[in-house]
Amino acid sequence: MNPALSELGRIYPPERLLVQPGQLVPYESDALTAFRARPLAVVLPETTDEVVQTIGWCARHKVPYVARGSGTSLSGGSLPVEGGLVIGLNRMNKLLRLDPAERVAVVQPGFINLEVSNAAAPYGLYYAPDPSSQPVSTIGGNLAFNSGGAHCLKYGMTSNHVLGAKVVLPTGEIVELGSQSLEGVGPDWLGLFVGSEGLMGIAVEVTLRLLPKPEKYHTVLAAYDSLEKAGNAVAAVVASGLLPGAMEIMDHLAIEAAEAAVKAGYPMDARALLIVELEGEAPEVEAEARHLGDVIAASGAYEVRVARDADERAKIWKGRKAAFSAVGRLSPDYLVQDGVVPRSKLGQALLEIERLSQQYGLRVANVFHAGDGNLHPLILYDGKVKGQLEQAEALAGEILKLCVSLGGSITGEHGVGMEKKAYMPAMFSQADLALMRRIRRAVDPDELANRGKMFPHSEAPALTPHGPHPLEKAGVIWRE
Amino acid sequence: MNEGLLIRPSEVAEVQEAVRAHPKSLPRGGGTKAALSTPREGQAVLDMTGLSGVLEYDPAEYVLVALAGTPLAEVEALLARHGQYLPFDPPLAELGATLGGTVAAGLSGPMRQRYGGVRDFILGVRFVDGEGEVVRGGGKVVKNAAGFDLPKLMVGSLGRLGVLVELAFKVFPFPKATATLKVTFDRLEEALEAMYKLASSPLEFYALDLETNPATLTLRLGGQPEALPSRLERLRAFLGHPPDTHTLLLEGEKERDYWRFVGRLEWGHGYLVKVPIQPSRIAGLERELPAGMRRYISAGNLLYLNWPDSIEKLDNLLKSQGLRGLVLRGDAEPAVSETLKSPLIGVDWEHSFARRVTAALDPHNRFSPNP
Ligand SMILES: Cc1cc2nc3c(=O)[nH]c(=O)nc-3n(C[C@H](O)[C@H](O)[C@H](O)COP(=O)(O)OP(=O)(O)OC[C@H]3O[C@@H](n4cnc5c(N)ncnc54)[C@H](O)[C@@H]3O)c2cc1C
Repeated sequence: MNPALSELGRIYPPERLLVQPGQLVPYESDALTAFRARPLAVVLPETTDEVVQTIGWCARHKVPYVARGSGTSLSGGSLPVEGGLVIGLNRMNKLLRLDPAERVAVVQPGFINLEVSNAAAPYGLYYAPDPSSQPVSTIGGNLAFNSGGAHCLKYGMTSNHVLGAKVVLPTGEIVELGSQSLEGVGPDWLGLFVGSEGLMGIAVEVTLRLLPKPEKYHTVLAAYDSLEKAGNAVAAVVASGLLPGAMEIMDHLAIEAAEAAVKAGYPMDARALLIVELEGEAPEVEAEARHLGDVIAASGAYEVRVARDADERAKIWKGRKAAFSAVGRLSPDYLVQDGVVPRSKLGQALLEIERLSQQYGLRVANVFHAGDGNLHPLILYDGKVKGQLEQAEALAGEILKLCVSLGGSITGEHGVGMEKKAYMPAMFSQADLALMRRIRRAVDPDELANRGKMFPHSEAPALTPHGPHPLEKAGVIWRE
Repeated sequence: MNEGLLIRPSEVAEVQEAVRAHPKSLPRGGGTKAALSTPREGQAVLDMTGLSGVLEYDPAEYVLVALAGTPLAEVEALLARHGQYLPFDPPLAELGATLGGTVAAGLSGPMRQRYGGVRDFILGVRFVDGEGEVVRGGGKVVKNAAGFDLPKLMVGSLGRLGVLVELAFKVFPFPKATATLKVTFDRLEEALEAMYKLASSPLEFYALDLETNPATLTLRLGGQPEALPSRLERLRAFLGHPPDTHTLLLEGEKERDYWRFVGRLEWGHGYLVKVPIQPSRIAGLERELPAGMRRYISAGNLLYLNWPDSIEKLDNLLKSQGLRGLVLRGDAEPAVSETLKSPLIGVDWEHSFARRVTAALDPHNRFSPNP
C-alpha cells in the first residue's frame, strides 16, 4: 500500500477501505455503462467526521474524488476519476429526524428516495420528487442532480423540496445551507448547491419537505394511432387550463417493451400512449376529471381507460416506470437522453428523432414527460458490434443539439455529468461557462470534487498513469 | 447623504459600461423597497426601469421572459389576459415593483402557498457580473438541469452578486374560480392549531395566512367553479363548523380586491420586514412582539412584519428567537440609509461558501455596499 493510502487506513477499518481490483470493479461505472474508470480506492464512511477527514486527506494529497450514492446516474455523474477516490455514501443511510407536524424529514445522504415517502406515509405525508429510480437512488444523488420525476410540472424537481443541507466543502469546511423554512433571506446558496453535480462538496445531512398525500387521483390512459395525436392531446389539455400532476407519453417500441416486461395491460397496437393524472382534493379532482374527459374525447384517442382504483393506477404507472429497463431488454445496450424542448416543439422533435434513427440505422424508443417537454429517447445499440457505440453516441449528440436549436435544454433531469459536457457550449456562451468555472474554482480551488465532469475541456490528467483507458483508445472518452 | 450618481441604462451594454465605469454600484428597480435601493456613500445607482418589456410569452409553454426592469403590474396584466399568473404572487405590484427587484429581494406573496415561491418559478437569468460580463444561467423551458443553478442563486441576492437584466419564469393557469374564507379564533393557540391541521390535510389552498389581532386564518380556495361550494362546505366541516359570527366569506370582485390590498403591504408608520419562519416558532415570537400589523403567510413560513421601533431592537429580538430578517422599507425613507447599517438581520454572508461564491461573481467588490 502506498503511504498515502495507509493514512486512509487510519481513518477506515479494512472492510470500509476497498483497494483490491475485485472490490473496485462494481464502482468502475454508473448507469451510463459505456464509461468505465478504475479508482485508486473506495471508502465507505459512516459519519460526517469520516467524510471530513477523507476530504482533508484528498486535499492534502491532491487526490480527486467522486461521491457516490447508488451509482444510478445516467450521465456518468458518479463515474470515478481514474486513479481518484470514490466516497461511497450508502452506509450513511439513516433517517435522522421525522417531524410530521412541521412536515420535514432530515436524512443522511445515503437514504433512499422511496424510503422517505415510506417513513412519512403513516402521517399521511409523502416526498414529492419521484424519479423512476426512486426505489434505489439516494437523496444525496437526487440532490446533486436535482432529479426530477413524472410530477415535475406541478410540484417541481428535487430542488423545490430540499429545505436545507449540511455540506462538507472541498476545503474541508462544513457549512449549513438553507433552513427549515420554505423562505430565506440573502442569496439562495442552497439553490446553487442543489444540482451542482457533486462539484461543490458532499452533502452529509439533508432536510426535506414533505407534502400531504393527495386525497384523490384520477389516472387516464389514452391510446392513439399516432404520436402526433398524443402530442396534440397534451397541447389541448394545457390549453384547457387544467394543470395535471403528470402527463407522460410512450411510443410503440416503449409500449411493446414495457408490456413484455411487466404486463401492464397496455393496448398493444397503439402507436402512442398518453398517461394523464390529476390529483388533489376529491371534489376538485372530480370536476377536473369531467373537463379532462371532454378534452381527451375530442383528441382522437381510439381507446381511453380510467383507473378505477389504486391497483389499476399502479398498473398504469408500473409500465411507465419500468419502461427504461424494459427497453433495455430489447437490446444488449442502450443510451438514454433527457433533452428538453418547448412543449409546442414536441411533435417536430419527435419527427426529427425518427429521421435520425433511420439515418443511423439504430432503433430509438421514446418515453417522455410530455407535460414539461422533457424527452427521453432511448437509443438501442449493441456494444459488441464494432462502431455501434460510437454511432449511438453521435446520434445522441445530434438529439441534444436538436433540443438546443429548438430553444430547449440538453438535460431536464439527468444532469450533464461526463456524457453531455461536450454539449455545454451549445447551450452556454464562453462567458457563461467561464463564470460557472470561476464559481467552481472558488469553492474547490484544486478541482478535486468530481473532477472532469460538467465542464467541457475539463478532463484532468489521471493521477497514476495507466496509459490510455481502453475506452480512450477506442475513442469513447477523451481528454480534451 | 450621498449625492450620488444616477444612471438609467436602456440597453444591456450600458449596464456593462456602467458597472465597469464605477467602483461601486447599486441596481434599483421600482424603488418600492427603499431600504434595499437607497445607495450608500460612493454607490452609483443603476435605475433599471429603462430595461423594460416582455420578450417572450407563449401561454401554451407556461414560460414568460422579460427584461428585469419590467413592472410586475404589466406582466400580471398580460398573463391575466391569457388566464395565467405568476404563482409566487409577488407583493408590491401595485406600487410599481419590478421583476428584477422582486427576484433580488426574494419576495413572494400569499399565493406561494399553492405551488411555491419565487425560487421555485425562476427558470433563467441574464445578469451583468462584477467583471461587467453578461452571463446567463438556466434556460427558457419549464425544466432544465444544465449547469449551475444561477437563477436560484440570484433570488435574494440584493444586487450583491450582479445586475439582473433578463429573467425567465414558469407561469401557471390561474384557477377558474376563487373564494376566500376568513375565520377568527378566540385565542392565537387555537388559530395555530387549526393552521397546523389544515396544512397537513389534503385540503389545498391558494393562500393560508395567519393574522394575530384578532387571531384569524385567511384561506383562499381556487379551482373549478362547480366544485367550490362543496369544497367550502368541507372546509367549514373540517374547522368544526365555526359560528357565522366568526367567519367571513369573500367572493367575486370583493375577494380579488381584498387580495390586491393585502399585496400592497401598506401598514403605515414603521419598518416593513420580511422574516422567514417556521410554524413552530410563531408562538414564541408572538410572546415578544408588540401589537401591530403583520401577516404570517404560507402556513407559517413567511412573516411580513410592521416594526414600529428601532432596527437595533428588532435585531436583538429576531436573533434571540433564532430568526433572520430583511428590512424592505422604512418609514422615514431618507433616514433609512443613514441609520440602517444593513437591511439584513442575522444573516451570515461570511460563511465559507457565501464568501467564495461572492468573490467569484464580484471579484472587485463592485456590488458591495461597504467601502
Ligand atoms: C432506471 C433508471 C431510471 C431513472 N429515472 C430517473 C428519473 O426519472 N428522473 C431523474 O431525474 N433521474 C433518473 N435516473 C437517474 C438517476 O437515478 C438520478 O440521477 C439519481 O439522482 C442518482 O442517484 P444515485 O444515488 O444513484 O447517485 P449516484 O449516481 O451515485 O451519484 C450521482 C451524482 O451525485 C453525486 N453525489 C452523490 N451523493 C452525493 C452527496 N451526498 N453529496 C454531493 N454529491 C453527491 C455523485 O458524485 C454523482 O455526481 C434514472 C436512472 C436509472 C438507472
